[in-house]
Amino acid sequence: MLDYTPKEIKKRSSGTVINPAKTCQPIGAMYAALGIHGCLPHSHGSQGCCSFHRMHLTRHFRDPIMASTSSFTEGASVFGGGANLKTAIKNVFTLYNPDVMAIHTTCLSETIGDDIPATIRQAEIPEGKIVFHANTPSYQGSHITGFSNMTKAMVTYFSEKTTEQPKEQTNLIPGFVNPGDMRELKRIFEAMGLTYIMFPDTSGVVDSPMTGKFEMYPKGGVTIDQLKDTGNSKITLSLGRFSSEAAAEALKKKCKVPFISLKTPIGIKATDDMLMALRGSFAAEVPYELEEERGQLVDVMTDAHFHFHNKKVAIFGDPDIVAGLTEFVLSLGMKPIHILTGTPGGALGSKMYSFEDEINDMLQSAGITANVKADSDLLELHQWIKNQPVDLLIGNTYGKYIAKAEDIPFVRVGFPILDRAIHSYMPIVGYRGAMRLLEMIDNALLDRADRDAADEDFELVM
Amino acid sequence: MAITEKELEELFEKMPKKMEKNRRKHIMIKNGELESQAIEANTRTVPGVITNRGCAYAGCKGVVLGPIKDMIHITHGPIGCAFYTWGARRNKAKTEENVKNFMNYAFSTNMQEKDIVFGGEKKLAAMIDEVVDMFHPNAITISATCPVGLIGDDINAVAKAAQERHGIQVLAFSCEGYKGVSQSAGHHIANNNLMANVIGTGDMEKAPGKYSINILGEYNIGGDSWEIERFLKEIGYNIVCVMTGDGAWEHIRNAHVADLNLVQCHRSINYIAEKIQTKYGTPWLKVNFVGVQSTIKSLRDMATYFDDPELTKKTEEVIERELARVQPVIDQYAKICNNKTAFCFVGGSRGHHYQGLFRELGIETVLAGYEFAHRDDYEGREVIPDIKTDADSKNIPDFQVEPDPSRFHLRMSPEKMEELKQKIPLGDYAGMNLEMKDGDLIVDDLNHFETEEFIKLLQPDIFASGIKDKYVVQKMGIPAKQLHSYDYSGPYAGFNGAVNFARDVSMAFASPTWNYITPPWKTAPLLEGEFGEGGKA
Repeated sequence: MLDYTPKEIKKRSSGTVINPAKTCQPIGAMYAALGIHGCLPHSHGSQGCCSFHRMHLTRHFRDPIMASTSSFTEGASVFGGGANLKTAIKNVFTLYNPDVMAIHTTCLSETIGDDIPATIRQAEIPEGKIVFHANTPSYQGSHITGFSNMTKAMVTYFSEKTTEQPKEQTNLIPGFVNPGDMRELKRIFEAMGLTYIMFPDTSGVVDSPMTGKFEMYPKGGVTIDQLKDTGNSKITLSLGRFSSEAAAEALKKKCKVPFISLKTPIGIKATDDMLMALRGSFAAEVPYELEEERGQLVDVMTDAHFHFHNKKVAIFGDPDIVAGLTEFVLSLGMKPIHILTGTPGGALGSKMYSFEDEINDMLQSAGITANVKADSDLLELHQWIKNQPVDLLIGNTYGKYIAKAEDIPFVRVGFPILDRAIHSYMPIVGYRGAMRLLEMIDNALLDRADRDAADEDFELVM
Repeated sequence: MAITEKELEELFEKMPKKMEKNRRKHIMIKNGELESQAIEANTRTVPGVITNRGCAYAGCKGVVLGPIKDMIHITHGPIGCAFYTWGARRNKAKTEENVKNFMNYAFSTNMQEKDIVFGGEKKLAAMIDEVVDMFHPNAITISATCPVGLIGDDINAVAKAAQERHGIQVLAFSCEGYKGVSQSAGHHIANNNLMANVIGTGDMEKAPGKYSINILGEYNIGGDSWEIERFLKEIGYNIVCVMTGDGAWEHIRNAHVADLNLVQCHRSINYIAEKIQTKYGTPWLKVNFVGVQSTIKSLRDMATYFDDPELTKKTEEVIERELARVQPVIDQYAKICNNKTAFCFVGGSRGHHYQGLFRELGIETVLAGYEFAHRDDYEGREVIPDIKTDADSKNIPDFQVEPDPSRFHLRMSPEKMEELKQKIPLGDYAGMNLEMKDGDLIVDDLNHFETEEFIKLLQPDIFASGIKDKYVVQKMGIPAKQLHSYDYSGPYAGFNGAVNFARDVSMAFASPTWNYITPPWKTAPLLEGEFGEGGKA
């Protein structure tokens, strides 16, 4: 397993990647678009892009992922893909009748410079139907950037300010998380007694129930009317700055809706921060229901602290998820010593607070020095681990190669998870999500202790 | 249940006009009374129809090159293409002594905007230098993704320079995703380059022993090749190389010494089979190791080819023993499967191959088709001269080979060859359609719209296809079997594979979970009891 990865770390200056910890923009855009009710995502590029993205999303969610493609040929690549897109729009509405068609671009259509808005204007779109787009060049950023761009496009295309006074409602941008997380966020908002518009909202779309009938457009998803109404909200809560902040900023610019940007609420501290922000913005008291959950979480954290305190952890994945996980393991007394994302660390062309800065600030307050890197790959993570071993690895399915090679307990969190079922239904956000994460971490560590124990040290009670 | 012409007409009428015109040529009801029934295949998919097809890169790097374990496969492009072909296809590979195995690695040049603007050649060259330094591979492939051709990176020049710099083989494949109309273009591109630059570059001058064979078009999904090799080796065959499942560059270089090429997936590898025959004189035999009866037939065809009483005797011994071992087990599973119907829509050979295995379980295939096949895979190789080239097929360069002056030799007299061709599919594939029954539907490049419509019309008991359809079909309450990835099971080939398949398909039917789809309150009245006189309960 990964037998040829050298322990010695030689600087690789080519900017190339061996064993990626990111993928390309369009898959993130496709996922975000599924969070609109009645929407068919459309991939404007070669057929392979659409097939690959549908394959990976389907494997992660184990649910139908419907999307269409412009099916570029060499001719389209030379003369432009406009004609293919127009044909696709016509066929999609005739055959599949979505309410909305969300086009995203690919490296191919971006390289040749197809003008999507011009093509949309010229296309035959049935009355009452909507076509919109996001530019998602695969050669910039990562799948998180693509998710962010499509979410932002929902604002730039649809959000409108139509009321004088803002409505007592929150825009909730959940970021690139699972439908299970989105359901949990909605539950928390409802427990707080708040009105909200969550976008995108893939719950009820990619976790749809088995009914004996296939619904191409399941019940879930944010509606276009709701998206329009986001311009009237009192505030926007952006969760996970890499996947959500661009949309929140666009809303501020377009409709003057102020926003609060917070971490993805993974773990106790980030969830506390979210509730405090909501409490402050709406003068809404945190109900006992949530306070009780918080108390239960602190209770189990304390009860089992000796299972995980001081254990060394390596964490990789998408920047918003990794930031939340890092903060959470610190709150457990664990030592995150390798922290890595494949996504480039700052917003493109800006000097925003980088991924590394954010993580290093957290580590510094905990007095921990660690390897921290954005825009890197799993080869480098593996080399770090070879040089400084860890007790636990947390990341997406691709971490299993390293976990097996180095014989490390492994907790699967993030995207994609291709080798385990059900995960997308269960939250990692909020206090309940934190309790679930803690259970996964604790069990992984204790299962290892059981596996490795000599018979005479094999404990019944732990 | 068979579909009627009228039902098919009604379906066509629901399509937009241009699409209808196109799709009419790709869908047919089998009618054996007609002298010939032509189907259109390997032509463009209509944009927006929701196809299952992928791209040339997927066919080249993903299918043919990817499984070659001792080469480093660099994807030149933005990150996605390398990411999606990393461990995603279940082409298993074992590490051998002196043969490296890079299957757990993915290599991408990770092209950024500046590379698109200024070109990515330097970055590609730098990556080759880094991987040579770190991994010391014996050979490297470079596969191009869409933007590479558009910005004009000369990957052949980069490969040539790197080859000279490092003294190892570096091959460039211009398999940009937009080439051709599906994965099929990529197979062809990969075949051409392997034939031109790898096959025949090994030092071996003669076969390593009697009955030396290559297995072509076998990708070792779920360990298929290992199961096939198990009984082939026991019978006495020497396997020179497999293209490309668990394959090795080290072995493929010596493919020229084998005395017979077996062709499992005709679509993806027939170019190599044909060219090896021209260049080295090695005949090829179409085999099918999916299903017990097909496996037995293939083994007997091979014995007929080598025409040696010892080999024939051993072949029959193994068949008898394996059959006695697996048939009773399969028969038990068949009780669960009997009298059911299937749709079988897979890539370029399984749409055909699995029909026999389904039949052995008592399951009749009522609709079949291929995602990316050509007319010859449906109608048989005799139609090849009639296949029209178009703008898309012309952009895949073909190249001619000549008999190798020192290594070409006939394996038998031309008369003997002709005699054998009457008995076994030597250098021939008769296609899928021949084995289908009158009234069965044959659909090329099935799309989502048609999938839903045909399921409504024909109500199959099981749907064999890929991951993108799987949950669509399952939501309808119909079991769906992935025949690209075998739902992470396998092997499904050979004798043991047939047992595994029977077990898995039975499991799909017998799972108690199907019984819970309808909640009890949907069928029971809200209130129970009788209303008395005057409305009192």
